[in-house]
Amino acid sequence: MANPELYWLPQSDRWLSDVKAVEALPPGDVTSWDAMRALAGIRIDFLQTMRLDRQIGRLFPDAQPDALTSQPIRLAILGTATVDHLCAGIRVALLRRGLWAATYVCHYGMMQQELFDTNSDLHRFAPTHVLFSIDAANLTSALDTATEPEQARAALAAAVGDIRGMWKTVRETLRAKVIQQTVVPRQLSLMGSNDHRAPASRDWFVSQYNDALRQCADTDGADLVAVDRRIAQDGLRAWHTPNLWHRAKQEIAPGAAPMYGELVARVLAAQQGRSHKCLILDLDNTMWGGVIGDDGLQGIKLGQGNAYGEAFLAFQSYVRDLGRRGVILAVCSKNDEANAIAPFVEHPEMLLRKEDIACFVANWNDKASNIRAIAKQLNIGLDACAFVDDNPFERNLVRQELPMVAVPEMSEDPASYAQTVADAGYFEGLSLTDEDLTRNQLYQANWEREALRESSTDLGSYLRGLDMKMVWRLFDQVGAARITQLINKTNQFNLTTRRYTDDEVAAVMDDPAAFGLQIRLIDRFGDNGIVSIIIGRLQPDKNVIIDTWLMSCRVLGRQMEEATLNLVAAEAKRLGGHSLVGEYRPTKKNGMVKEHYQRLGFTVIEEQEDGASTSRLDLDGFEPAETFIKVTEGSDA
Amino acid sequence: MTEAEIYERLNSVFHAVFFDDAIQVKAETSAPDVDGWDSVAHVNLMVAVESEFGIEFTTQELESMDTVGDMARLIAAKAK
Repeated sequence: MANPELYWLPQSDRWLSDVKAVEALPPGDVTSWDAMRALAGIRIDFLQTMRLDRQIGRLFPDAQPDALTSQPIRLAILGTATVDHLCAGIRVALLRRGLWAATYVCHYGMMQQELFDTNSDLHRFAPTHVLFSIDAANLTSALDTATEPEQARAALAAAVGDIRGMWKTVRETLRAKVIQQTVVPRQLSLMGSNDHRAPASRDWFVSQYNDALRQCADTDGADLVAVDRRIAQDGLRAWHTPNLWHRAKQEIAPGAAPMYGELVARVLAAQQGRSHKCLILDLDNTMWGGVIGDDGLQGIKLGQGNAYGEAFLAFQSYVRDLGRRGVILAVCSKNDEANAIAPFVEHPEMLLRKEDIACFVANWNDKASNIRAIAKQLNIGLDACAFVDDNPFERNLVRQELPMVAVPEMSEDPASYAQTVADAGYFEGLSLTDEDLTRNQLYQANWEREALRESSTDLGSYLRGLDMKMVWRLFDQVGAARITQLINKTNQFNLTTRRYTDDEVAAVMDDPAAFGLQIRLIDRFGDNGIVSIIIGRLQPDKNVIIDTWLMSCRVLGRQMEEATLNLVAAEAKRLGGHSLVGEYRPTKKNGMVKEHYQRLGFTVIEEQEDGASTSRLDLDGFEPAETFIKVTEGSDA
Repeated sequence: MTEAEIYERLNSVFHAVFFDDAIQVKAETSAPDVDGWDSVAHVNLMVAVESEFGIEFTTQELESMDTVGDMARLIAAKAK
């Protein structure tokens, strides 16, 4: 009976020490709310949720922080069963959204009395919102005596009438907003699949009642918290444990409280217009399999024919549906723009087309800067943005730089992407307007280009925390297959695009006047594998010509270039070289490295009309650049 | 799992449930010995123990655990 997990939230090994730091803060400390909010953004279980909730109660017991501009929420929970244990989940899920609430739980078994008695504690609490939670045993007790279909129908009509009467009192007497939890579908069937033919079936009764709630909620202006539909995803056993019901009258198990809180908080946040509005998408290995700049239109995996390609298609289908219902779609990709757009225009299997995307940003800037630009362009807040990327480096950079942007953890399997975005609940909505249905057309596709040059992102502090290790080896038989593969498929970060056969790679190993480097990058998210290949050749004039320098774009912007140059210089000196000579040979795809050598301090000594160039770096005066990458020779970390 | 291991893991469960890292449980520890061990906290404790040890208690067992020693014996019998 695994608890429903908030699995899209990132994990943190610092959570305990961070919560202890909050526990040491005095009441009134202005930093405590943000510190707690950060702790609520981590994947926590019900005990951690309770622990954090105690701090909300200690630091902000009676009123929300002055800095909050949102409406204070006063939430009364009227339940027929025990619901006290669900409050922490609700308050922490609100905290996750930057919202504060006072909560009140009616006395056990006193829901109706408190509601209809204007002198009750409930009325004194003066709620802004009332959440009804009717347990399945209470609801279906009307069936104890019903055996005929008409009796069951009458019982259903009476139960629906009862709840609508209570909603009316909430609206008219308490002047509060109604939120109705659907009934937990935990009753057992009497006949099996055709239980709807059994008048006394409690399972069918609950199902019909939930249907009726949906219809009445629309006419009566109530909003639902659909635990029945969530349970259909998670399984009843994750939400309800019979022995806890018998022991404590908890219909919803404590382990499900964080998820319950999420569902309630999403509705409360949506009522305040605090749902996310925009889904920002990475492209390579997020919208299709592979790297468009290297693999090309024919090489990327997308569409029918294999499971991997279909998984990406399924994600695109879900994203497109979200776009059609009013979620703004944007693209933020590290790519040359022409490469990134090509599939949207030319790939026959692409479901998402150019006109589905309201803002399209493809360049080599850091993603935090690009996301800032996208939000500005679309004129929405950063806290209205959610960003989906398969790459943990990018996800964590954005989380660190832009903590207000929602960034779900993604598993490595694209088949899970759509489910993850759905479960994260970023785009909770309460109604659809005509504008929602046409929103993406309202935005002229914005193709942001040069305007995005300046970056205000503090990459240094992020890179320092990555614990990057560069592990290099000379070419060897073990690595030969991967070396040949990289040499022959890398198109973008590839200075010369010289292709090598297996035999030619082997020849480099045997040549005493040459060196071939295979470079691996490991960071705290894991091993990126071999990400860079260099081949250098010593000439009789003591120049070392860099025959090949290529790198995976996945590790761009992480000081790999500088650290690699340090290594290349050392190897060149080992062979007795006096200077490095680097060539750039332009192709359709490698424009991004046109100025690679200049950026590293080389001097251009020759330029051709087609853009090709040769640059030189004197090794005598060469000072290795400082980087955050620890460099070691060897086979692993 | 040795008895010492069970008690060590129970200690960390108690720390999480009662927000107190100083708790050191013994076989004879029961509700009056721990601040905040009321009926609500007891349910949380049971659920947390189940999840820590990957076991499930039956309804009778839930009723029968009065001391940490009772708990540890049931865990030893159930956890493999």
